[in-house]
Order: sequence, then C-alpha cells, then structure tokens
Amino acid sequence: MKENRVVAPYLIWMTIFIVLPIILVIFFGVTIRTESGLQLSLDNFKRFFEPIYLMVLWRSIRLALISTVICLILGYPMAMILASNGLKMKNTLVLLFIIPMWMNFLLRTYAWMTLLERGGIINTILNFLKLPSLNILYTEQAVILGMVYNFLPFMVLPIYSVLIKIDKSLLEAAEDLGADSITVFRKVTFPLSISGVISGITMVFMPAVTTFVISRLLGGGQFTLIGNLIEQQFLFVGDWSFGSAISIVMMILILVSMGFMSKYEKENEGAGLW
Amino acid sequence: MSQPIIKLTNVSKSYDDHNVLKNINLYVRRNEFLTLLGPSGCGKTTTLRIIGGFETPSSGEVLFEGMDITSIPPYQRRVNTVFQKYALFPHLNVADNIAFGLNIKKMDKGLIKEKVKDILTLVNLPGFQKRSIHSLSGGQQQRVAIARALVNEPEVLLLDEPLGALDLKLRKDMQLELKNIQQKLGITFIYVTHDQEEALTMSDTVVVMKDGTIQQIGSPVDIYNEPKNSFVADFIGESNIITGTMIKDYLVDFAGRKFDCVDKGFEANEEVDVIIRPEDIKLVKEADGMLLGQVVSVIFKGVHYEMMVTSNGISWMIHSTLMVPVGSKVGILIQPSDIHIMKKVKAI
Repeated sequence: MKENRVVAPYLIWMTIFIVLPIILVIFFGVTIRTESGLQLSLDNFKRFFEPIYLMVLWRSIRLALISTVICLILGYPMAMILASNGLKMKNTLVLLFIIPMWMNFLLRTYAWMTLLERGGIINTILNFLKLPSLNILYTEQAVILGMVYNFLPFMVLPIYSVLIKIDKSLLEAAEDLGADSITVFRKVTFPLSISGVISGITMVFMPAVTTFVISRLLGGGQFTLIGNLIEQQFLFVGDWSFGSAISIVMMILILVSMGFMSKYEKENEGAGLW
Repeated sequence: MSQPIIKLTNVSKSYDDHNVLKNINLYVRRNEFLTLLGPSGCGKTTTLRIIGGFETPSSGEVLFEGMDITSIPPYQRRVNTVFQKYALFPHLNVADNIAFGLNIKKMDKGLIKEKVKDILTLVNLPGFQKRSIHSLSGGQQQRVAIARALVNEPEVLLLDEPLGALDLKLRKDMQLELKNIQQKLGITFIYVTHDQEEALTMSDTVVVMKDGTIQQIGSPVDIYNEPKNSFVADFIGESNIITGTMIKDYLVDFAGRKFDCVDKGFEANEEVDVIIRPEDIKLVKEADGMLLGQVVSVIFKGVHYEMMVTSNGISWMIHSTLMVPVGSKVGILIQPSDIHIMKKVKAI
C-alpha cells in the first residue's frame, strides 16, 4: 500500500534508534555477567533497592518536586501576566522569555557556575559592598536554582498557551454572576487552565528528575541524582547491567506518573498543549 | 409614574480618539422590555456593557433606582447578563453553570437544587441538570445561559443579541418564549439587537441608535408609524425616501407634483425628506393615478410581491398582494396620511 511506503523510513528509524535500544537496555537489565557467561537474573533490580540507592532515588524525586513547585509558583503568575489583555509589550516579553532557550543548555549552566562560584560575580559584588561571601555553588540550593532556571519556560509556556485561549466573556460572565476577582480565578480561570498546569508539571518534573548535568556542574558531584548514578554505571564503573536496571526502574516510574497525569487530565476534560 | 429603575445621564464613551457613545440620555422603567436597536457599531452593545458594569463611561453617570452605580463593579450590581456567545462555563455541567451565582452567595445546597430544577422547567429543559455543556445544541445552550442569569432573580436582565446564532425558526420561537418569561417573572429586560423585526415583536420600548447617538425612543408602533427621521424610517422596515419641498403647511412638492399631506410646522419652501412605506402605495389604473409609472421588476416575497415602479426617473418600491406584470403601465396612488415629512438630516 502507498501509505506503508511513506511510513517505512520512519518505522526503520524508530526501530533502530528507539525500539532496539530499549530492547538492549531490557536485555542488559535482566542479565548478569558470570564466569560461565551471561545469565538471566533480577539481581540488578534487587540491588537498586538497597538503602544507598533508594536514598539517591528519593533525593532525585525530592529535588525535582521542589523545583517543579517553585516553577509552578513562579510560572503561573508569569503566564497570567503574559496572557493578560492590557499588556502592550506582550510579544517582546514572550520573545525575551524564549531567547535563553535558543542557547545551549550546558552553556547556560556553566554561566551560572561563574555567577555563583567563590570568586564569581555575586560574591565579588557582595565583597564590594563589604558583605560576607556566600557559599552557593556546590549546594543543594544551587542544584535547585539550576533546575528552576532551566526548566521554568517549560512551565510558563503551556500554562500561557491555555490561558490565552480562555474566552474573556467567561470571566465577565463569572463577574456578572457575583464573583469578585479572587473567586473568578478560583472558580473559572484556574479550573480552565488545569490542562496547562499538568503539561507544565510534566514538562518540568520529567527532565528535572533525570538530569545529571545540572547536579554535576552546580552540585559539584556531592549530590548524586539518579541520572548521575546511571551515568556512572555506564561511563566509569562499566556495569552496564546495573545501569540498565536503574534506567528501566526510572522509565517505569515516569510511565506510571504520566499515566496518572493523563487520567486526571481526562477527568477534567482539559485540552492540553502536549 | 414610578421612578425609573435605570437612568443614564449624559453618558459618553470614547476609545482613544473614537467616540463610541455621544451624550446618551435614557431611562428604563421597571418591568418594561426595552430594546436597543441599531446597525453594528452604533454603540448599543457598549451601552449595555456600561449598564452591566463591564465598561466605565468616559463621562456621565448611571443611576440604579436613583443611586449612582457608575463605578460599582459588575459583581455588586443587581443586574445579570445573557452574553452573545452564551459564555457558559465548559468545565461545569448544566446544573453547576446555573448554580454558579447561587453558590457564590453561599445559598443552602437543597434550596439551590430546588431553584435549578424550577428554572430548568421554566426554560423548557427539565432533567438536563447532569448534561455537559458540550452535548447541548445552540438553542439549548441559549436556554441554559438565560436560566443561569434568571436564577439569580436580577432586577434587570441584560441580553446582548442572545438569539444571533440561532436559525430563523428557532429565533422566532425563542422570541415569543423570552417575551413570555419576561411577562411571567415581571423582570425588566434590556435587549440589544440589530434585527428590527425582533425589536418590534418583543419590545415595549424601542431605542433606535446610530453612530453613538439615540435617534428615537418610542413604542414599536410609534417607531414604525411615526419615524422621527429618514434613518429610523429606513432602518425600521422598508421605505421610499424622496427629497421634496414643503410649499406650505399641509402641502408638499415631490416627484414632480404637489401632494396634500398632514404635516405642518416647516418653513416655506424648506427641503425635506418624504417617506412613504412600500405597503402604503396603491397601484391603480393609469387614469386614476396621481403619478404614472411602469413596472420594472417583480419579486415574490411569500405574503406579498415586491415591485419596482419607475415614474419620472424616480424608483418606487411597492408591496402588494396583487401582482402586476413587468412592463405594465400603472397609476400610483398615495393617501395624504401615508406621506411622512421629515426634516433633512444634516450631514455631519
């Protein structure tokens, strides 16, 4: 059939670069290397549930959650301001918001290092003002800052794109029916923007929970996250089996949480961006 | 007469340099059905939005039962609005949409349920409580929007072209239904439309607007039979508008001859607009006519025929239930009482 011919290249692409790697990861995850060759085993998964690794998992989830919440608290008002009607320089603002995203993510994170480090710009200014230097770089706060900075646009944009589509007459109707501005927000604006909020949370939480660059650069290797753990297993330890097992656990976690999100979204009949 | 429920005094509104409303003075009596009628861009919706509180007038004031409410926000006004595109909340079902205002007032849940049920019966949608907004047809959404406004028992209900999106048959039914609801509940309705027939059908008072000014206020019968100027005459129903000269009281010259008429009070030889409704012109035998003409076109309109007759270079639109074939030579007869004389509207 004609359609098949058009689809074929994509199928081949997806097989080579998505399906095959996943099969490989699963294969490595469920095997261990012994003297008598490869053996099927779930030992890698058992090992992940040792306290030291669960600590890493918990830290990853905790930092990602904190960053997501901060992004939501900062991002929602930002999205509302961008979506508000009276704003004349709206396009400029949206552009300014997007420009940093055109720059490489690594570069931006390195830039934060030079800002935060001991002899960096922030401490130089503090010294100039005769204030004590701050130890910011290589702290948990620096990792959170890096996540918030890098992922904030992924929270703002989906919320913005939902808010901008809300029919203004709905807000007028609510006001007409006796709702003051807080009630209008609580009963109309926010419920109608839920789909954007869910997209935003997903778009921030997923990369935050799996990042290994931000934690390495801004955390100085002191805050091993799940991403760092996987990286270590593959690049330094050479234990591909354990690395694969952690990856599988991570994928399952993400799939489950996305399942919850989309179920919630469907119940709310939202139309999200993603 | 009792105090008007709403009064606008010297209300003007301008956006940037554009004057949308120019010095509007208007009062609305309690329990009347008042319609703001005019072509798009005439300021009728702006007037309604000022009464609803969604726009603040640039100058002038709005009185509600004698109290100045010009700067009171919409949620504190005892008026409710039915919006042009319904503006139903898509995340709530029918019952929750209707109960929106009552929930904000923290009314007892049982009572709310009762009221929602009653109002749904009133708008002919019994049992629709749990339905989602998306599953309703346009006409049903319209009814829910009306119910949502009415359930708050407003003193005044504002309706912004509420039937605009419905098909003709449904429109006609809803017009009657709205009028019935208004009479049953005894609520003051302020209705905005550009459809003159709708205005005449439903209203107690019609306010004709153009370019941000009020052209005429009156009952439908007055507006139709005694239009104040050629704009009103042209906008309400069909009209033949011809330039004429007022010779003296009760005598006017147009279309090349003098006619007796019933108007007076003009200056001698003043240029005037002569307005004659197409249904007031009779086609007779050539010998009996005041003017002679020839039929140039005939269109069947259902109840009547619309014929164009030229006479001395002037085209007359004539409505008649009797058809005269194209090309016939006819006489035109006009009764003095059907000739309406109006001052020329000066071009601004």
